[in-house]
Amino acid sequence: MHILVCGGTGCSASRSHEITKNLQAALKDKGLEEQVQVILTGCFGFCEKGPIVKVMPDNTFYTEVKPEDALEIVEEHVIKGRKVKRLLYTDPETKEHVADSKHMNFYKKQLRIALRNCGFIDPENIEEYIANDGYAAVAKCLTEMTPQQVIEEIKLSGLRGRGGGGFPTGVKWEIASKNHADQKYVVCNADEGDPGAFMDRSILEGDPHSVIEAMTINGYAIGATKGLVYIRAEYPLAIDRLQTAIKQAREYGVLGKNLFGTDFDFDIELRFGAGAFVCGEETALIHSMEGKRGEPTFKPPFPAQSGYLQKPTNVNNVETYANIPIIILKGANWFNKIGTEKSKGTKVFALAGQINNVGLIEVPMGITLREVIYEIGGGIKNGKKFKAVQTGGPSGGCLTEKHLDTPIDYDNLIAAGSMMGSGGMVVMDETSCMVSIAKFYLEFTCEESCGKCSPCRIGNKRMLELLDKMTKGQGTMEDLETLKNLAGVIKDTALCGLGQTSPNPVLSTINNFWDEYVEHVKEKKCRAGACKSLMQYVIDPDVCVGCTSCARNCPVNAIQGERKSPHHINQEICIKCGTCIEKCKFNAISIK
Amino acid sequence: MMQIKSLADLQALKQSAHEKMDTRIKGKRDDLAQVKVAMATCGIAAGAKGVFDHLLKAADEKGLEIILTQSDCMGHCNMEPTVEVILPGKEPVMFGNVDNAKADEILDKYIAKGEFVEGVIAR
Repeated sequence: MHILVCGGTGCSASRSHEITKNLQAALKDKGLEEQVQVILTGCFGFCEKGPIVKVMPDNTFYTEVKPEDALEIVEEHVIKGRKVKRLLYTDPETKEHVADSKHMNFYKKQLRIALRNCGFIDPENIEEYIANDGYAAVAKCLTEMTPQQVIEEIKLSGLRGRGGGGFPTGVKWEIASKNHADQKYVVCNADEGDPGAFMDRSILEGDPHSVIEAMTINGYAIGATKGLVYIRAEYPLAIDRLQTAIKQAREYGVLGKNLFGTDFDFDIELRFGAGAFVCGEETALIHSMEGKRGEPTFKPPFPAQSGYLQKPTNVNNVETYANIPIIILKGANWFNKIGTEKSKGTKVFALAGQINNVGLIEVPMGITLREVIYEIGGGIKNGKKFKAVQTGGPSGGCLTEKHLDTPIDYDNLIAAGSMMGSGGMVVMDETSCMVSIAKFYLEFTCEESCGKCSPCRIGNKRMLELLDKMTKGQGTMEDLETLKNLAGVIKDTALCGLGQTSPNPVLSTINNFWDEYVEHVKEKKCRAGACKSLMQYVIDPDVCVGCTSCARNCPVNAIQGERKSPHHINQEICIKCGTCIEKCKFNAISIK
Repeated sequence: MMQIKSLADLQALKQSAHEKMDTRIKGKRDDLAQVKVAMATCGIAAGAKGVFDHLLKAADEKGLEIILTQSDCMGHCNMEPTVEVILPGKEPVMFGNVDNAKADEILDKYIAKGEFVEGVIAR
């Protein structure tokens, strides 16, 4: 029997390491440490209900396990064969316990390719990776295929860059292979900067060897002998696992000199980023690796022509790499049958926001938003109404109810005014104000703008000021027009991809929620009740009995009134903290 | 630890590593028969532990890939030891009064060939 415990960042924070220790102690106590293995794996994806413990081979899926539960799992499940029912996942619809993870809605619609080993193998043990066809793809490339054949295979597979842009990976490799130089580089972009996105981190934490293997294949295909992983220093666990994996790969001889008895050498080093959003842009990333300021430069020249240290460099994202080994092993024709006409394979999304099953999912391209939100995601929290979903982070936009049945792929998302991005998916319900959402992303962009070009540095700042005015009820219709114009200008004139896409959150909310903007400007009203300046707390004089509870608890003394007669809120003093509503026992206070 | 110097080295290592992970890899597959032995107090008293060990050994010897797990009381205390078999895509079938000989019969006939075996407990 094997007991798998999630060792991803989320579950580790909920004490999964302690669970592992307790399980091992309990097993030792019962003399079962030989028969039952406890393995710390990567992320299972079902972060909402973490920490996850899975018992194999019967796929029993325990959720929200505490370290104290370890003894019960050993005594009941391991020894007596009785599942610990209170820890099983409960289907929210049928209210029944689901023991086998294969029957959970969360997993039913998923297709795990990039995440194939996450939550299944021990990421710190190279042999487990090898047992699951690990390093077989690089062996196949080196011993049976020419570099050109490898590139052709990736081209045929239709794989596109998973970092956001969606550039065909095979074509990128081909360009890099055709540029001749004494030294070329392969770079893995692990600078995942979108707020709320953790796809790449989870892959590196759960299956680091797949990235190492893919980079080696990439090196062979384009003729590079050095690989660099640019990873942000805020990912300590991912860095740790990656370093362990690289060390093991060297020990086992799958990194280093004369790989698989050929004359091909390849090795990988890490470079740490300080966590600037712009360093996810490939030219800025390369400058940062060179020790220069993390600023983008104009393309061309593309990194494939002149990249790291002015040498031809191929930059791919973590998730893109995670797809490579399995494409080589199963063939391009297996991969290109999955997905839509122009977007092949699967995509990993980080589901976040007002949704029941927050977590990491991998779905085939072409799945609809409805399936993702209502079937895998389990619907909107607290039975509220769906309003919008934000994809693509600060470079993306919002999709609304009318897009629920649009198949998700690169081109459809762009047509809908958003983008795939790296795969963050923030779900919003009716209590989200779209003007505030646009403001939130713009605040992020302003903070992260590198400042090199004026459209992004100044333009975004001006847009943020306009949005701020609107959320405070001081906006005018002219402001709205200026906002629209400004967004268009920034889109056309900014230097790098990040600047060019930075107005997207504003543009897509304007397009999809124009009414809400007009409401903020003309009626000074926020229908979601999120803009504090536009709200008024009002006491209904007919209901108020004058108990003075609200007045006594108001932190700024904004409430006046005589005992036993209706009270009144002075709007000029009120800071809209909501304490009075909480304290009123008679429901006399409401928000207008 | 070995250095991998060739494709053959990798395959050899894969083979040995695969065996260590067998339990987990089987659980991932949908095409294997699941065999559950009821191991509550009554089952164990009636000899379920012996049947479980026998199934484990016999399946290995016969080269049959099955997912063998213990389960709690199946509620047929008068016919212990009880064994439940779920063939892929089929309804679960429960056998009563299973001893080592019956266990062999279940493996050889029902699981390997899908043939009917006496001793099924009607639900």
